[in-house]
Amino acid sequence: MADIEIRGITKTYGPTRVLHGVDLSIANGEFLVILGPSGCGKSTLLRMIAGLETIDGGEIAIGGTIVNRLEPRERGCAMVFQNYALYPHMTVAENIGYALKVAGRPKAERLARIGEIAKIVGLEDYLDRKPSQLSGGQRQRVAMGRAMIREPKVFLFDEPLSNLDAKLRVQMRLEIRRLHQRLGATSIFVTHDQIEAMTLADRIVVMHGGRVEQVGAPRTLYATPATRFVASFLGSPAMNLMPAEILRPGLARIAGGVDIAFDPALFAAVPGQQVELGIRPEDVELVRPGTEGAHALAVQFVEEMGASRLVHGRLGEAEFAVVQPNGRGTEGGETLAIALPPSAIHLFDIGNGRRLGLEPQRLDAVRAA
Amino acid sequence: MQRRAAFDNLWLAGALIAPQLLLVLVFFYWPTVQALYWAFSTQPPFGGANQWVGWQNFEQIFSDSVYWNSVRVSIIFAILSTSLSIATALLMALMVDRQLAGHRVYRFIYFWPYAIAAPAVGLAFRFIFAPDAGFVSAVNQFAPNLWNPALKGWDAMILIVIANSWKMAAYNFIFFLAALQAIPRTLIEAAAMDGSGVLRRARDVQIPLLQPTLFFLLVINITESFVDSFGIVDITTGGGPARATDLMVFKIYSDGFKGLDYSMAAAQSIVLMLLVVALTFIQFRYVERRVHYA
Ligand SMILES: Nc1ncnc2c1ncn2[C@@H]1O[C@H](COP(=O)(O)OP(=O)(O)O)[C@@H](O)[C@H]1O
Ligand SMILES: [Mg+2]
Repeated sequence: MADIEIRGITKTYGPTRVLHGVDLSIANGEFLVILGPSGCGKSTLLRMIAGLETIDGGEIAIGGTIVNRLEPRERGCAMVFQNYALYPHMTVAENIGYALKVAGRPKAERLARIGEIAKIVGLEDYLDRKPSQLSGGQRQRVAMGRAMIREPKVFLFDEPLSNLDAKLRVQMRLEIRRLHQRLGATSIFVTHDQIEAMTLADRIVVMHGGRVEQVGAPRTLYATPATRFVASFLGSPAMNLMPAEILRPGLARIAGGVDIAFDPALFAAVPGQQVELGIRPEDVELVRPGTEGAHALAVQFVEEMGASRLVHGRLGEAEFAVVQPNGRGTEGGETLAIALPPSAIHLFDIGNGRRLGLEPQRLDAVRAA
Repeated sequence: MQRRAAFDNLWLAGALIAPQLLLVLVFFYWPTVQALYWAFSTQPPFGGANQWVGWQNFEQIFSDSVYWNSVRVSIIFAILSTSLSIATALLMALMVDRQLAGHRVYRFIYFWPYAIAAPAVGLAFRFIFAPDAGFVSAVNQFAPNLWNPALKGWDAMILIVIANSWKMAAYNFIFFLAALQAIPRTLIEAAAMDGSGVLRRARDVQIPLLQPTLFFLLVINITESFVDSFGIVDITTGGGPARATDLMVFKIYSDGFKGLDYSMAAAQSIVLMLLVVALTFIQFRYVERRVHYA
């Protein structure tokens, strides 16, 4: 068991800097998910924690020990790789037991442990097979078993589910969560899939271009994204975002002359300021035509999603999407009456993309009050 | 799916393969047929056309203890120089693969020896290992005659083994390095996470995954040491001392071109050819089965 402190980590490959000073604290036993688009430096950060990548600047401490100069094996981390990285010439049992073999444990103990682990990951009947004779999901389990057998202080996962099909991914997600509850080891899980992040994490770290954009509980990130990037990256379907001009506190105008009310207590915006205005498709309300303050959405096309449907259209001149619960059907060419609850509006600085006004923490307090 | 290029025009196809076919005919089949003919015939002592003698030439070489000596020496040479060149190359490739400082330069330099012709290699090693003037002469200053390939059979053998391995290691190195770099880096990293150090990773992960390459190089090296070692022997030891380095291929040359006995030389060539074919067959048949192709 160990907490992890990451202080001012930088990494440079040749002329390009891929990590620009990352700071993170991970509590003992926490399940932290690092979320970001491909190429933002997630794997690099994870590999630096594991000891597979040198640390150019800054410090990493695991369980209070600075590990910058320690070999991977001295750090007490286990890692599950995206492509599983199973040893192709070894059987499942040999793969799982390799760490113990390297550690020089007696054969009887090894076999017993392999048996236990195989039971946990459900591979008892496959111990004599080679990885090439396993399905994707089974390989994934071998990789998990191999990581578990050493009882590491820290689990590192680098997009371990991205090679699985959708159904298996959901199933493995649950199993990983269950395992974490059972083992209680500090876990860092890297992914570019925001649903995976939302469902697994105690806390999510959103990364973008080698920087941390925001750290927080999934709910917090969803409700009060600190930047426009977090707002657009988290949540599916994606948040509607459009440029707007503040008319007066509590009112903004988007292109096409549509005026949208927001909660002036939440955003310190000055009249004339250019902002980016956002609202999640699921926060938009469908109202009866002619309702006071309703806007007209010119429907263009509809995406069927099963339990609901996603209606795409135009609000003023902006592209706009709305979630419509099942019941009434809508078709392209129609006009829907929609209401935008002022409390669901997000405002971001048009320049640096930061959320306007109050800090997310204070905002939480405001909301709670 | 059609994977091969198909030519409708037979004339064009013929024209395209003709040069290659011609080369193979002239430089492979024709000499082979010629050798076969010589091997089963003999030249009359005072001239005239060759006479057909059947197996007589073969019976003669197989009853000659000098010939059996050259077989023995060749096998020793093949085993020693194959082991040495493969081991050296593997070590160099493992080190270059780790991408330590300067690995690009090493990768480049290590291949050079293979580009050098065998006689040139022989010449270089003749100088290096000359007992009185070479690099190794310093040894003889402390212990006179500890090293003298001109007098001691084993010294001469060691000399040609080293010279040949030096050349072949370069060739092997390239194959090992390519194969090592084809091993996914995450496998090595997974092993590192499992607590395995550099040597342990080489033993448990890298070398097992190199098996197909190892097998291929084994076949090539053994074959090469039987058929392509002539240049080195000719320049360094001349088959001596006392036939200690009288490799089969060198004996063919000295019997044929020095002794001018084409028939005996041809018969020996046929034996050598069959030996190499048999060795290769055995290796494919029995060794390859145990190779794990990842
Ligand atoms: N060994 C390397 N050499 C050079 N550039 C690298 C190397 N590894 C990663 N990068 C670069 O660093 C950036 C971050 O990579 P990575 O951490 O793998 O991103 P992610 O895992 O978030 O997709 C990418 O732009 C990638 O091209
Ligand atoms: Mg990655």
